[in-house]
Amino acid sequence: MHQKEPETLDTFPRLLQSHVKLRPEQDSIRMKDLGIWQSWSWAEAAAEIRALACGLAQLGLKRGEKLAIIGDNRPRLYWGMTAAQALGAIPVPLYQDAIADEMAYVLDNADVKIALVQNQEQVDKMFELRERCPQLEHVIFDEPRGLRFYEQEFLHDYEKIRQAGVEFERNHPDFYEQEVAVGNGDDISIMLYTSGTTGHPKGVVLSNDNVIITARNGIVREELNSHEEVLAYLPMAWVGDNLFSYAQSFVAGFCVSCPEDATTVASDLREIGPTYYFAPPAIYERMLTQVMIRMEDAAKIKRDIFHYFMEHARKVGVKILNREAVSLKDSLLYKLGNILVYGPLKDVLGLRRTKLAYTAGEAIGPEIFDFYRSLGINIKQLYGQTECMVFICVQPDGEVFADTVGTPAIDVEIKIDDNGEIMYRSPGVFLSYYKNPESTASTKTDDGWVHTGDAGYFDDNNGHLKIIDRAKDVGKLNDGTLFAPKYIENKLKFFSFVKEAVLFGNERDFSTAFINIDFDAVGNWAERHNLAYSGYIDLAGQSEIYELIQDCVNKVNRDLSQDSRLGNSQIRRFLILHKELDADDGELTRTSKVRRSFVGDRYSILVDALYSELKECHIETEVTFEDGRTGKLAADVNIRNAEIYPVKTLSRDAA
Amino acid sequence: MSERNLGEVILAVDNISLSFGIMKVLDNISFDIRRGEIRSIIGPNGAGKSSMLNVINGFYHPQQGSITFKGETRKQMAPHRAASHGIARTFQNIALFKGMSTLDNIMTGRNLKMKTNLFWQALHIGPARAEELENREAAEKVIDFLDIQAIRKKPVGKLPYGLQKRVELGRALAAEPDLLLLDEPMAGMNSEEKEDMCRFIIDVNSEFGTTIALIEHDMSVVMDLSDRVLVLDYGKQLADGEPDEVRANQTVIDAYLGVPHE
Repeated sequence: MHQKEPETLDTFPRLLQSHVKLRPEQDSIRMKDLGIWQSWSWAEAAAEIRALACGLAQLGLKRGEKLAIIGDNRPRLYWGMTAAQALGAIPVPLYQDAIADEMAYVLDNADVKIALVQNQEQVDKMFELRERCPQLEHVIFDEPRGLRFYEQEFLHDYEKIRQAGVEFERNHPDFYEQEVAVGNGDDISIMLYTSGTTGHPKGVVLSNDNVIITARNGIVREELNSHEEVLAYLPMAWVGDNLFSYAQSFVAGFCVSCPEDATTVASDLREIGPTYYFAPPAIYERMLTQVMIRMEDAAKIKRDIFHYFMEHARKVGVKILNREAVSLKDSLLYKLGNILVYGPLKDVLGLRRTKLAYTAGEAIGPEIFDFYRSLGINIKQLYGQTECMVFICVQPDGEVFADTVGTPAIDVEIKIDDNGEIMYRSPGVFLSYYKNPESTASTKTDDGWVHTGDAGYFDDNNGHLKIIDRAKDVGKLNDGTLFAPKYIENKLKFFSFVKEAVLFGNERDFSTAFINIDFDAVGNWAERHNLAYSGYIDLAGQSEIYELIQDCVNKVNRDLSQDSRLGNSQIRRFLILHKELDADDGELTRTSKVRRSFVGDRYSILVDALYSELKECHIETEVTFEDGRTGKLAADVNIRNAEIYPVKTLSRDAA
Repeated sequence: MSERNLGEVILAVDNISLSFGIMKVLDNISFDIRRGEIRSIIGPNGAGKSSMLNVINGFYHPQQGSITFKGETRKQMAPHRAASHGIARTFQNIALFKGMSTLDNIMTGRNLKMKTNLFWQALHIGPARAEELENREAAEKVIDFLDIQAIRKKPVGKLPYGLQKRVELGRALAAEPDLLLLDEPMAGMNSEEKEDMCRFIIDVNSEFGTTIALIEHDMSVVMDLSDRVLVLDYGKQLADGEPDEVRANQTVIDAYLGVPHE
């Protein structure tokens, strides 16, 4: 980066050109196809991008117009972003598993003119929503499979557009450079739609400076370089993917690998061995659950070795990672464990080479967090938002705590307002919400401070930021006890049997909970205990499973009873939901966060039953399948009472 | 689908009769399959559907009648000849190598495409190596087509039933057959798996132009997929024609739904 005039590298096409000069032969992007990793060097990628940009220009894409990008992480889709940016057009990535209805809103709101999509599945959605989006003129597809007999004029094969671009360039050799020369740091770089826990998604407009300066600051702080390896497997529409797999790759010059298929991510991860990795807590949790399930099925001797060394790692692993002093014996034993257990385990997880792993989005369970850190994987939490291109706070090396999100990132100022809400200001702060001045005004002050909507404070001991909950979600029980639903839900979710939990209690007499079981973990437990079940609904309703979950709820209650402020919000009654909460039914956001009030309305019969004396409740639910069709699901759901523990009070007369 | 232009007759079956002892399994059956079509054979249990398929690929030898495949008429055919002439099939009960991986199972479908001898293959050099690469690529294309990358290296015995069926289809496809015989590919599947399988059958037909003979007893599946349908019952030919004709045929309705009283 320091090589020459970094200030002129203020757009993505210019960053691309600098890599073509500095490292033309080095891989820029990889994709596994037909079982083999195919790679494109920076020079090859630049040629592809050039051709595509010319093809798009010929199709009529002009400065300021929008190109939607829909599909799994694919080199051609990433190139579509740069190609659009080269023309001064604006890429708008969409969540690829959204149904046509949800896409129609975004495409219409963003005035999308051309959509670059992955495959037939997405093309079919474009057909479905085309009438509602009159501005959508062309659809380009990457994979022709199944599209042989589609003859619509607005539908184009990527290969043809690319060819047309190559020919166009032959006649207009200066066109691409001229277009790139016009762009600058103030131009809009990208529009990212936030999934939004309420209402319609909002288009966050970010400038090149927002994106590139923030990406560069992240690289400087963590000392990343052009030799990092990254796996691009999270949705392209999500700000994190845009930062880690696109912006930072273009700034630092490192290579990004695209998995073969959504189902092969785990093995692709192992083959690539990323040095720099991001995953939401749910993925770390799932990996840990898989490991534990497999260890339970392993031979006794292997299991004993595993548990012995994991116990040792729990004792000294985190200290060793933080470079604190440990005894020689402990250090040697840890080295042995590294050969026998930690190394092979990291290999299986695909994290052996990982120098830096981030997690964010939700609170991560302390046991899960410590598990990875004790293995020697430097996993750190960060706190971020789409509105500032991710980085607000990051945990510094050696100062990693499970319950804080660290110190402000480079160039970020943070303050806590009078209501306890966290506010920040940074070079990454977005320009506006697209066509939504009211929301822009209510989120961003005139002098550039942004409301996060999160409640939190700086810890007195270490000065790190600590987040409690969404500011608007923190409520009160009728007796005045503080009710922090997410705090309790997270405690429940730290159990491997609990996949999701939804707490109710605001302005009610006591707290109650919906629980979603983790089908893998509970299913495996059932198998080991010779419990027969025919499917999810059947398993979720069995009394043995209720016992299992009741145990978890009781433990959470005992934990809560130790806290004088939250003790009265112990869970009085709970039930196990008969279906998995699903984004297709609107119960989760596309980033897998529970939409609590929506769930409460949808299952209001069950909520009412929780606040009655009922022991069982019949419910019929409408479900939406991935292709948009709907069906009905009926079940009788049991309701249980949980154990309530006496609340520990801060009594001064104890002694 | 009637406007689809189907090619010449690839397989013609003339007056085939087959009996086991006194059991007459097939009684004077005649029909043809044209290049590029999806041809279904339906009928209740014991109608002789699988026997018909076994006659086509040479596993059973009929007492009477003849089969013309790609212009060559013969009274009986040996299974290995059927395979080398471009007929591949899947089975009602899955017949995969359970201990081998998905990839290896699909590679066995390429067996007849391998020309080098054991000597070169054992050394794994020269032409054998080039051939291996070529066949691996063909197998990988099938894996990509059927969307089974995630199970490429898993032993098939450990896979769920629906996926095993898909692997079996993959092995048949790897042989790049002219005629693909599918024996109840959707038996025992749930509705989602059935839908996937239908999709694959249509895609195989439209992408590769493979001619498909399909045995199935799920009427709704057959009627949506097929160009033409042959109906068998107790070894006899009840009807033959396009789905709409067959659906309206009174004998077929009687056989399937029972004869209405009065």
